[in-house]
Amino acid sequence: MGIKLDSKIPSGPLADKWDNYKFDAKLINPANKRKFTVIVVGTGLAGASASATLAELGYNVLSFCIQDSPRRAHSIAAQGGINAAKNYPNDGDSVRRLFYDTVKGGDYRAREANVYRLAQVSNNIIDQMVSQGVPFAREYGGLLDNRSFGGSQVSRTFYARGQTGQQLLLGAYSGMMKMINKGKIKQFNRREMMDLVLVNGQARGIIVRDLVTGKIERYAADAVLMCTGGYGNVFYLSTNAKVSNGSAAWRCYKKGAAFANPCFTQIHPTCIPVHGDFQSKLTLMSESLRNDGRVWVPKKPNDPRKPADIPDEDRDYYLERVYPSFGNLAPRDVSSRQAKYRCDEGLGVGPTGRAVYLDFRDAIKRDGKETIAAKYGNLFEMYERITADNPYETPMMIYPAVHYTMGGLWVDYNLQSTIPGLHVLGEANFSDHGANRLGASALMQGLADGYFVIPYTLGNYFGSTKLEKVTTDHQAFVDAEAAVKQQTEKLLSIKGTRTVDDFHKALGHIMWEKVGMGRTEAGLKEAISGIRKLREEYWQDVNVLGGEDNFNVELHKATRVADFLELGELMALDALERNESCGGHFREEFQTADGEALRNDETFAHAAVWEYTGANSSPIRHKEELVFENVKLATRSYK
Amino acid sequence: MASGNMTLNLKIWRQKHGEAQGKLVDYKVNNVLPEMSFLEMIDVLNEQLVSKGEDAIAFDHDCREGICGMCSMMIDGKAHGGFKNTTTCQVHMRLYKDGDTIVVEPFRAQAFPVVKDLTVDRSALDGIMAAGGYTSANTGNAQDANSILIPKPIADEAMDAAACIGCGACVASCPNGSAMLFMGAKVSQLALLPQGKPEAPKRALNMVMTHDHLGFGNCTTHAECEATCPKGISIEHIARMNREYLKAAFTYFEKKRDE
Repeated sequence: MGIKLDSKIPSGPLADKWDNYKFDAKLINPANKRKFTVIVVGTGLAGASASATLAELGYNVLSFCIQDSPRRAHSIAAQGGINAAKNYPNDGDSVRRLFYDTVKGGDYRAREANVYRLAQVSNNIIDQMVSQGVPFAREYGGLLDNRSFGGSQVSRTFYARGQTGQQLLLGAYSGMMKMINKGKIKQFNRREMMDLVLVNGQARGIIVRDLVTGKIERYAADAVLMCTGGYGNVFYLSTNAKVSNGSAAWRCYKKGAAFANPCFTQIHPTCIPVHGDFQSKLTLMSESLRNDGRVWVPKKPNDPRKPADIPDEDRDYYLERVYPSFGNLAPRDVSSRQAKYRCDEGLGVGPTGRAVYLDFRDAIKRDGKETIAAKYGNLFEMYERITADNPYETPMMIYPAVHYTMGGLWVDYNLQSTIPGLHVLGEANFSDHGANRLGASALMQGLADGYFVIPYTLGNYFGSTKLEKVTTDHQAFVDAEAAVKQQTEKLLSIKGTRTVDDFHKALGHIMWEKVGMGRTEAGLKEAISGIRKLREEYWQDVNVLGGEDNFNVELHKATRVADFLELGELMALDALERNESCGGHFREEFQTADGEALRNDETFAHAAVWEYTGANSSPIRHKEELVFENVKLATRSYK
Repeated sequence: MASGNMTLNLKIWRQKHGEAQGKLVDYKVNNVLPEMSFLEMIDVLNEQLVSKGEDAIAFDHDCREGICGMCSMMIDGKAHGGFKNTTTCQVHMRLYKDGDTIVVEPFRAQAFPVVKDLTVDRSALDGIMAAGGYTSANTGNAQDANSILIPKPIADEAMDAAACIGCGACVASCPNGSAMLFMGAKVSQLALLPQGKPEAPKRALNMVMTHDHLGFGNCTTHAECEATCPKGISIEHIARMNREYLKAAFTYFEKKRDE
């Protein structure tokens, strides 16, 4: 079979690659830009910033979002902040250090050139956002404030209270609104992408469902940008919004776009623990809380005392104990694993025993309640509303939860997938975070891709590609639409006995138990057979009520779960083939004596890139070898 | 505050589509736990309905942590249930007691037509934003982020306004169906910040005009919006918008506006 992986990394020294690229890139003159139409699927940070910027340049943009407004994309829920290498605090930061921290934080499974470019443009993002009226936190002198985040020893995180994602997204959205007003962006709300349309092997359009009327629609363009986020909801319970799904990316995979590192999943250490079967989602408590909160468990199992009554000598501040130099700011994968170990040892707290304490007692004593309230007030409120506990008086209880997927559609340096014209931005691609993403880096990447990378690389694509004129009556559109309608009819005709959510929960259970924080060969094999069985049952026994010609929420969920039931298997397979532990991928067979991830750089210093070969044959695993010329591969230590 | 399982009597607005006649339908939900969120309680009801072969209740929701602004609902006549600084997804069932009757309706306003059941179309809010809720800073033009100092109190006040999640509770609570709090928050945020000042007059004029054209009513200072806003946004921002508007109406020279 035929995919060829060429990462198209520009020549020259690392620091010059992006400049060289920009100089060599083909340009499109302003009068010609208006002849091109670009489809952008998704309006999160990546999609909104790309849509706005491409429209400003003169391209015609068709923007699609699944919610009732582009402002609601799930980027909005990011709390803690956005990294940039500004070095305003004068504490030793630089583009090189941000690059280094990100490669190391990703456990040496990311592509150097992409990460360096990300660090380079990070500063432009902050400038751009301030110019759009994003009210970042400031100091009394009027300068921007910074804080530190996990996996770094400098303060490079910019923030807007506990709602940085919201403010950045509204900034990017406002840019879109400006270009909608100018007629350069056409916005389509409540549309879900159902398939990608290829003409002559190039991405030339999409098929969408109007979620309100049920109508299937066709849209043609000269290129398609996938900005559809991650697939964490394959676990059913995650910090993702309910509508976040993997279907758009999955449909692209089945049309020939390779999928890279699907097993790289981020389990975030500080979430509110699960409390019941009815639970619909998990809520994150920002990692920024670990700047002042101390994580601990009682030294004695089942200590009956209230947490406030347990004296320090009976507490195990395990992150500070195990990682003295990073302490409570150890990276997410490491912190999550340590919480799991404590609970596995029987030291967990709370009604289920699957929780640890995050305690602000000392910070409140040191800085006063007001200072802590100014920093985290809204998070404390959110916590109290959900749990009815007051974190000013009693420690929070937290536990890891699925949060982000580092894996995604494979892209080259241009952010182009293995399908010409199909570009993938933000969390939907695989490129920058390796096997573990550092806190405050997702916002950075989404905006870097949309504001500062795609405007150059898409121009280069248009300038160097011959595109024939394509309209939506092309046979490829007719066929793709027919396939979508056929799937819909199939789902509606089953009329089985189990609800869609019931299947989704069953899948989530398999994924969390076997493809979650600790993975084993045996467990992954069980996961694969379990998912296959579940998928067969799904297509025989799911109950999707209602018709296709109306606002049918059950049908919307049903198509997403159908895709998750395939994607979950690929995740398990990828995890099974990667015989090492790295970042968020922890294979229990491969660990050091003290329980840290044991990488195997000899055999696995590559991205695993999967090619779809049909419903009844196994996917092919390709490799993109990762070359580290600027960072020395080392055992990642935060001790 | 409740503990243990509860049984609740719900009266929920059912309406097949925008043009259909709607009505309140009675449902009984058993086994409601205090730690469930309001939306999880409706999830449980929907699972029961689907199992019985009935159409699930359509309602808007997404992040379920109070930030996306997607969830709506009038609960017992109050937007988001009327709890302080709370969205519907953050309402927990411990606030109710066994045997309670709860009436659930969609947000109602001239500018928010019903789509189905509890789902309404709030795209008119985007229309207001498109009329001027931005700075015209194209990507790539920005100077260094620290080159303009912004006093902390100003930045904080702008942030207070910027916290709006665009849910439309202000509109649904207002007897006039006005979006003045929503709009005032954006006008105020950008008027406070140096980056927004150059376009402040034009912004105020265009947004207010568009607001009126889209079918939102005017403000008569009932302050229901402030009382119901899940992000605690103050009507002071409406006052600032009114000042911006008046100032612009008297002094702004480029009077060519789209009608």
